Amino acid sequence: MAQNPGEVLDHFNLFRQPEYVEMLTNKKKNFENPVPDQEVEKIRDWTKTQEYREKNFSRTAVTINPAKACQPLGAVFVAAGFEGTLPFVHGSQGCVAYYRSHFSRHFKEPTSCVSSSMTEDAAVFGGLKNMVEGLANAYSLYKPKMIAVSTTCMAEVIGDDLNAFIKNAKEQGSVPQEFDVPYAHTPAFVGSHVTGYDNALKGILTHFWNGRERVADEKINFIGGFDGYVVGNIREIRRMFDLMGIGYTILCDPSDTWDTPTDGQFRMYDGGTTLEETKLALNAKATVSFQEFCTEKSLGFCAEKGQEVLALNHPIGVAGTDKFLMEIARLTGKPVPEALTRERGRLLDAIADSSAHIHGKRFAIYGDPDFTYGMAGFLMELGAEPVHVLATNGGSAWQTKVTELLESSPFGKGCHAYAGRDLWHMRSLLFTEPVDFLIGNTYGKYLERDTGTPLIRIGFPIFDRHHHHRYPIWGYQGGLNLLVKVLDRIFDDLDRNTNVPAKSDYSYDIIR
Amino acid sequence: MIEKYSALVSGVIDKYRPRLEGRKVMLFVGGLRPRHVIGAYEDLGMEVVGTGYEFGHNDDYQRTTHYVKDGTLIYDDVTGYEFEKFVEKVKPDLVGSGIKEKYVFQKMGVPFRQMHSWDYSGPYHGYDGFAIFARDMDMAINNPAWRLTRAPWQA
Repeated sequence: MAQNPGEVLDHFNLFRQPEYVEMLTNKKKNFENPVPDQEVEKIRDWTKTQEYREKNFSRTAVTINPAKACQPLGAVFVAAGFEGTLPFVHGSQGCVAYYRSHFSRHFKEPTSCVSSSMTEDAAVFGGLKNMVEGLANAYSLYKPKMIAVSTTCMAEVIGDDLNAFIKNAKEQGSVPQEFDVPYAHTPAFVGSHVTGYDNALKGILTHFWNGRERVADEKINFIGGFDGYVVGNIREIRRMFDLMGIGYTILCDPSDTWDTPTDGQFRMYDGGTTLEETKLALNAKATVSFQEFCTEKSLGFCAEKGQEVLALNHPIGVAGTDKFLMEIARLTGKPVPEALTRERGRLLDAIADSSAHIHGKRFAIYGDPDFTYGMAGFLMELGAEPVHVLATNGGSAWQTKVTELLESSPFGKGCHAYAGRDLWHMRSLLFTEPVDFLIGNTYGKYLERDTGTPLIRIGFPIFDRHHHHRYPIWGYQGGLNLLVKVLDRIFDDLDRNTNVPAKSDYSYDIIR
Repeated sequence: MIEKYSALVSGVIDKYRPRLEGRKVMLFVGGLRPRHVIGAYEDLGMEVVGTGYEFGHNDDYQRTTHYVKDGTLIYDDVTGYEFEKFVEKVKPDLVGSGIKEKYVFQKMGVPFRQMHSWDYSGPYHGYDGFAIFARDMDMAINNPAWRLTRAPWQA
């Protein structure tokens, strides 16, 4: 008997016990009709070849392991960033189940979201009834300050008109006329989660700014974009802005609602950009976005309203953060303070201390367009080579931008950007042009196992490591955090590869 | 033996000398390296403009005169204060000394390689070691981080 109460075995070890191994072997033999192992090996080896890579890169009708999610996920993220706001996704229930579990698995926090639960009759008759009842129920039961509406594929395919439906629902008394219900159409078969973020944010800004008169003030607006480290990052942005003594509004701040304390009280809503702040943000002198490809429409709207706009590409590290702070200094007239200059010097110090271990190392990166751009820049700042830079949701504009970045440094020589490619493409890249390390989210662990390329978990989602999102990757402090993540993997691997007594352990050093 | 390795040596020099030509080095190590490594630096086109011993004696300094050019700064058992002032004045491109000196000079913005422990790299001895030595000196001096030590808003 494998199990015993004195030493309880769980899935890690239980299924390796003889009775389970026997059961599984018999199951395979008697019921699975498997392809012979030799054949599997043969095909597996073939998939590692250059010939297969060419086939792989020429496919058009299928995406395998895309490194992106759909629009409504981004819309739910945006909703979570506003005070007392309940996200309401008009469409199928299952979609909302996925958005909620996706965020909960990453942040280890609750994520509230309403679905209008459209089923097969809504597909035929339209979802108006769902909207009317859904808004009424959500408003009376969960008492939000605002409900932000978006859509799933289903509602989009049948062409439900959110503007009309919401007006209708208000007329029928689902929610008071003056209650804020901004909305955005977020067709999940177009673009990715960053497109949904943009659409949803623009929807909120449109809702509050149209019909208001702008009276320009000295504040600036900051938009972070879709970001798995939002809890640590927004706090770091606030800290840096406070050190600079500037007036600012963070547009979309979920850093509290995705980091509530365990103190006996469940907080369904916490923090977030207030509705009042959002209204007044129209008056800002300028809006700065940390992720260009996440905010194209939103920034366009800000510019229309007469604000100066600035789009950055997820700057990381010394030069990237310098650029960000200098733009803030230019926009506000406030100088970069001594405290931040000192932090800069400390990051540079850390880089100088450790760069010998990173110099010349080859990396593959995948993730969102802005993140991969910023990460490639940081790697080159460290003297490393971002050989493969891949973004499933990156387009030709992104590809051009990354190519220019790679060409701007000797460390970018021989490196390439791959727009619109997926993780099965990355698999071929890792087999035919191997690198030392892979930077990506949790899904990269399959590539790590398959290709033997060590994974450094940076990105979204990260499900199989805990609490990384509580620390920044922006600012000089964030650069230091990322530097440590990269270094720790490098050192772990060095130790792992030098620990055989009398064979490799002459390099099993105490000091590195 | 020399012929066997001559291709390797030329290869190393061809790759790294153009990147290191004319760079100045100041050394401070134990009892032999302050003179014996000078040839390796010169093979890469670098100039040792200062050197000294922690525990060398009269005869070591005598022998050193055969390795250095006229005008080279020589310091015996240099103190932390002296070394800092010398580097400030001379402004070398690289300092080679020990762990207790490394971070002082890096914070001054001067690249540094440990010449006791090889900064946990190595070996530097022999023909195979020469390739590693060259790679490491290049990596230290040509590290992009050194161009960033002054913040752009500091004139």
